[in-house]
Amino acid sequence: MVLDHADSSSLRESATFPTEMISHVQSMARTGRYEIRGWGAKRHVPSFDDLTFITASLSRYPLEGYRERCETKTVLGNRFASKPLELDIPITIAGMSFGSLSAAAKDSLGRAATAVGTSTTTGDGGMTQEERRSSKLLVYQCLPSRYGFNPEHLRMADAIEVVVGQGAKPGGGGMLLGQKVSDRVAGMRTLPTGVDQRSASRHPDWTGPDDLTIKIGELREATNWEKPIYVKFGATRVANDVKLAIAAGADVVVVDGMQGGTGATQDVFIEHTGIPTLPAVRLAAEAIREVGMTGKVQLIVSGGIRTGADIAKALALGADAVSIGVASLIALGCNSAFYESDGEQIDVTAGYTALGTAPGFCHECQSGACPVGITTQDPELSKRLDPELGALRLTNYLKALTMELTTLARACGKNDVHHLEPEDLVALTIEAAAMAKVPLAGTSWIPGQSF
Amino acid sequence: MSVQTDASTTLDVRALGVTAVNRALRALPDGASATLIEVRGAHNLGVGLFNNITITINGNTGYYVAGLCDGPDFVINGSVGWGVGENLMSGVVRVRGNASESTAATAHGGLVIVEGDASSRAAISLKGGSLAVAGNVGHMSAFMAQAGTVLVGGDAGDSLGDSLYEAVIYVGGTIRSLGADARTEELTDADITKVRDMCQAANFDHINADTVTKVVSARALYHFDALKDQRY
Ligand code: SF4
Repeated sequence: MVLDHADSSSLRESATFPTEMISHVQSMARTGRYEIRGWGAKRHVPSFDDLTFITASLSRYPLEGYRERCETKTVLGNRFASKPLELDIPITIAGMSFGSLSAAAKDSLGRAATAVGTSTTTGDGGMTQEERRSSKLLVYQCLPSRYGFNPEHLRMADAIEVVVGQGAKPGGGGMLLGQKVSDRVAGMRTLPTGVDQRSASRHPDWTGPDDLTIKIGELREATNWEKPIYVKFGATRVANDVKLAIAAGADVVVVDGMQGGTGATQDVFIEHTGIPTLPAVRLAAEAIREVGMTGKVQLIVSGGIRTGADIAKALALGADAVSIGVASLIALGCNSAFYESDGEQIDVTAGYTALGTAPGFCHECQSGACPVGITTQDPELSKRLDPELGALRLTNYLKALTMELTTLARACGKNDVHHLEPEDLVALTIEAAAMAKVPLAGTSWIPGQSF
Repeated sequence: MSVQTDASTTLDVRALGVTAVNRALRALPDGASATLIEVRGAHNLGVGLFNNITITINGNTGYYVAGLCDGPDFVINGSVGWGVGENLMSGVVRVRGNASESTAATAHGGLVIVEGDASSRAAISLKGGSLAVAGNVGHMSAFMAQAGTVLVGGDAGDSLGDSLYEAVIYVGGTIRSLGADARTEELTDADITKVRDMCQAANFDHINADTVTKVVSARALYHFDALKDQRY
């Protein structure tokens, strides 16, 4: 729009109704329904960026950055399972369904995870042969919907994750809009092709922590007490949930903060439920310590993890590993202006425009029309992701994350990334200091603990 | 491997514990049979089995008896807790008594028979399996049932078939209320044959296949459209 007679500097945007909110209200007025979209919370929340490491200097000495070894090996599930998962790095790939993602995208995730010695996770749609084949270590999710849940797949899995909820929508069930419910997806989920699929928000055969104890017992019996059992939930009442999951017999708890992504969820859920990952890690680690389970029950944290710094900070605050979802898709090419084919870059900006968005701003995974072929079931669009190239890019990313992580750990004088501790951190904001319970930089003040 | 098809193993649940009982069951060759005694409401009996064996359970069980199975047949001479035959893939599970909540939840195949009543959420999220209940079922039964067949000899509680997909429900008695997107439909000859077959398989002789009420999805919620005032 050209404004001839108004000097743009005299235009005053409302803080209550900025242009983005005006279009939100107008969209609801037009459609009579809420927005459903992909990705996680887009607004600013206190995060790991609000912390910084106080690395070694005179009072502590660092390890030689490129010479001295810094261990990244991570063992998950040694509480009850006879076959715990041994990962080479503390970075795992989060559960994302075949259905939400294309089979090729799932395949890429598996190959990359295998290349760096870590695990990948199924999702709300069952296990595909492709991902089982490509993933050396595969975590099988047991979700409320139980789409395609199969005892045979349970036996083929390396660990089991009972999903109570996820950070993008704690308390809400899954969604997969009709355009992504292809014949294959529908077949795997026992649904009519093309329906707007809603999944349940509660498990069909248990409610509450006492039932969960028995459910975990069932899964253990069915898998001969071999496989680690994780319990995953969105970060809300973290301390209570962690303690209840441990009491119910979890080997590993997975806490997904409010920045955690989704393939399709109501925007109102994504932006307005749960607590940020930053306080969630601290609360979960504290809860594990309070019940005397540090070192016995492992903590995986997810929700907006992007860099080695995020991972180092999560580990310092008490996580044993992190999980990445959206970041792994970005590594595959999500939000890129082009895809690569035979060494050529093919521009797909028009695909983003058709979705009403642009590279760098896209969150349209629910549409099924992913311009780079990751979150789609359209055979033509799917071809835009070369699973080998995707795997290579994600492998590079995971390696770079690990390098960033170990660089920070060495600078803190640690020869094992799991030795990072809260004492290595200070906060840059009062909010972060209160949430992470580390002192505000330059002070010894931890809000809520001292004056 | 010598397969003794006529020998039946007796397993004392109280003496052995659930895990040892399940391991013993898993180790039995196809065609074998086992009897479980001293059950005392134990949970997770006979779960995750793939062998074609016959298991008789003498006594009341806790949660998830016969859950996650793909092969064995069960006869339970007693009542059962939550989730009998949960996520069953194949096989016949017969409960001589009553069943608690979520009977045959998410069953992908096989047949669960309850000779007494089943509590709420029977056949919840059913995915192709069959459930036959001689008596009544509680509220929210067949919630979000996706595929398969439910036969109720007695009455059904509130919100039967809420958010149904393609599963079909037949009720011999009364239906207290239908859930969102569930509706009744005229019986066809194929339905009558199906009900007769199920009665025969379940050994029920008290259901008149010609007069059952058939409940299916109205399919009005298959596509998300708030402007149509859907009960989402
Ligand atoms: S580019 Fe594809 S994967 Fe990324 S946000 Fe857009 S639709 Fe989702």
